[in-house]
Amino acid sequence: MKVLVYPPNSLILADLVERGGHEPVVLMREIGKHVRDAEIDAPPLNVTEEDLKRALRYVSVEEPAGVKGRIGLLVPLLEQAEASIILTDAPPTFGCMGCAVSDEFFKFLIRKRKIPTLEVRYEGGDRMKEMVDRIMAFLAGLPKGE
Amino acid sequence: MATRVAQISCGTEYSGIQWILDDIAEQVGIELVYPEMELSQVEAACEEMGLKVESPSLNMMMARAVSMLKDPSIKGVLLLTCFRCAEGTVVKDVVRRFLHERTDIPIITYSNVEKPKEIELYARLEALKTLITRKALLMRERQEGTTLGVDSGSSTTKVVVMKDDEIVGEAWIPTTDPVESADDAIERALETAGMKEQDIEAIGVTGHGRELVGEHVKADLNLEEVSVVAKGAALLTGRHKGEATVIDIGGMNNKLILMRDGIANSFSLGGICGGSSGRFLEVAAHRLDVDISELGQLALKSKERHELQSYCMVFGIQSLVVSLAAGVKREDVAAAACRSVAEQVYETQIQEMEMRPPVIFVGGVSLVEGVKKEFEHLLGTEVVVPPNSQYAGAVGIATLVSGL
Repeated sequence: MKVLVYPPNSLILADLVERGGHEPVVLMREIGKHVRDAEIDAPPLNVTEEDLKRALRYVSVEEPAGVKGRIGLLVPLLEQAEASIILTDAPPTFGCMGCAVSDEFFKFLIRKRKIPTLEVRYEGGDRMKEMVDRIMAFLAGLPKGE
Repeated sequence: MATRVAQISCGTEYSGIQWILDDIAEQVGIELVYPEMELSQVEAACEEMGLKVESPSLNMMMARAVSMLKDPSIKGVLLLTCFRCAEGTVVKDVVRRFLHERTDIPIITYSNVEKPKEIELYARLEALKTLITRKALLMRERQEGTTLGVDSGSSTTKVVVMKDDEIVGEAWIPTTDPVESADDAIERALETAGMKEQDIEAIGVTGHGRELVGEHVKADLNLEEVSVVAKGAALLTGRHKGEATVIDIGGMNNKLILMRDGIANSFSLGGICGGSSGRFLEVAAHRLDVDISELGQLALKSKERHELQSYCMVFGIQSLVVSLAAGVKREDVAAAACRSVAEQVYETQIQEMEMRPPVIFVGGVSLVEGVKKEFEHLLGTEVVVPPNSQYAGAVGIATLVSGL
């Protein structure tokens, strides 16, 4: 299954999803497409006007440009996700949205999709194994693609 | 008795505009009420909506929305957050969608600024009041007898004479002095109908100049434009059942109306920027040296996509002139002007509402084919422009007045 990880740029979560036998849906791929597109020249992330407009399907026009840009980039991930893992209270080094409003709103959008979703609190130190076990158990419970 | 409307907001007192809201509500006969809730219900409300934010006031706003559903005396909702509050806008949007899913009562939204335009608030609350209190009248699906409808718009005055559900006379002239323009248009419409004033059984007026014109012609019915235009769109398309979305772009104003069974039940009013109005296209047509009636056809000939650098009436037109000077073809510039209007209406209004197909396009700008085409491209659905689309307001009010 295509599993959206949140924070959407978490390499650790993406790795866990792959180890769990599923395909991680991550922000890096989306940004990668933009960066490799020779037609776009808006460094460093190549966020375009089209991304901002695409965000309008989900956010109000009143939202600041940065919220629109973030949601616009994330919309393709949301639309292809068949399951998701949301890690809450993760430190910024674990993967980060960097904007509290986009963060709140994107988590809301994931929940509204009503796809199988695991919400798990980030645990450091001794309890990290417990957190990873929960994630792996969730992944094991998802149907495997062909 | 005043109509009870729930005000769901996160602290308009702090914006210094609550007194304006109360004042205007009183003028139109609305009692603004704050749905009661216990603090202990906030957590449950956030859970029900699937969203919890940092701001306690916004979380309470969600709880008020949930609480409101339990009060049957509330007939409408005014949803407010501050302009440019990112978190507030998220909550406003989520609450609006939540209420749309759970109730049929009309909802209007507004963004607080320190100095709101009172006329904007007045227009919204007045339309909300009509939708709530005149439902029986708005259910009319057929015009009867001989009636006259006047739509005294900010840019043009439209008049129709209707007899047994048919338009038998019409006139469409630029508005100068509202009363003189209405007199002139009425005379012309009667002339095309081959009728005299005494043949008319009832007169209805709508539009910006309706108070002045209504008094002058001794109108039997004077109604605000939102409910009237929606009715006109339903009548012109014969769409009296089911849902629909109406886009109305006039000379200086635009409206987006969601309709159910031929009656408006939610709307968004434009009028903030002239770049999304018919006036922008008039100026564009002038610079392209074509009549406004030919602009749409010219735009349809476009083969190469060209973008104007701004939606603004001043800078967009400046960009248009620069494009022409740079050798861009006239048809491509005409299409860019049409796209500019359609995109701005889409970005500032349509995306705020749930589109409900079919999409019906009325008002003077609906006659510019290029804009219709751009809307179809943007929305990914067919846009219906009914015959006599520019007369939607006049037809709506002529029909409604026949029901009195």
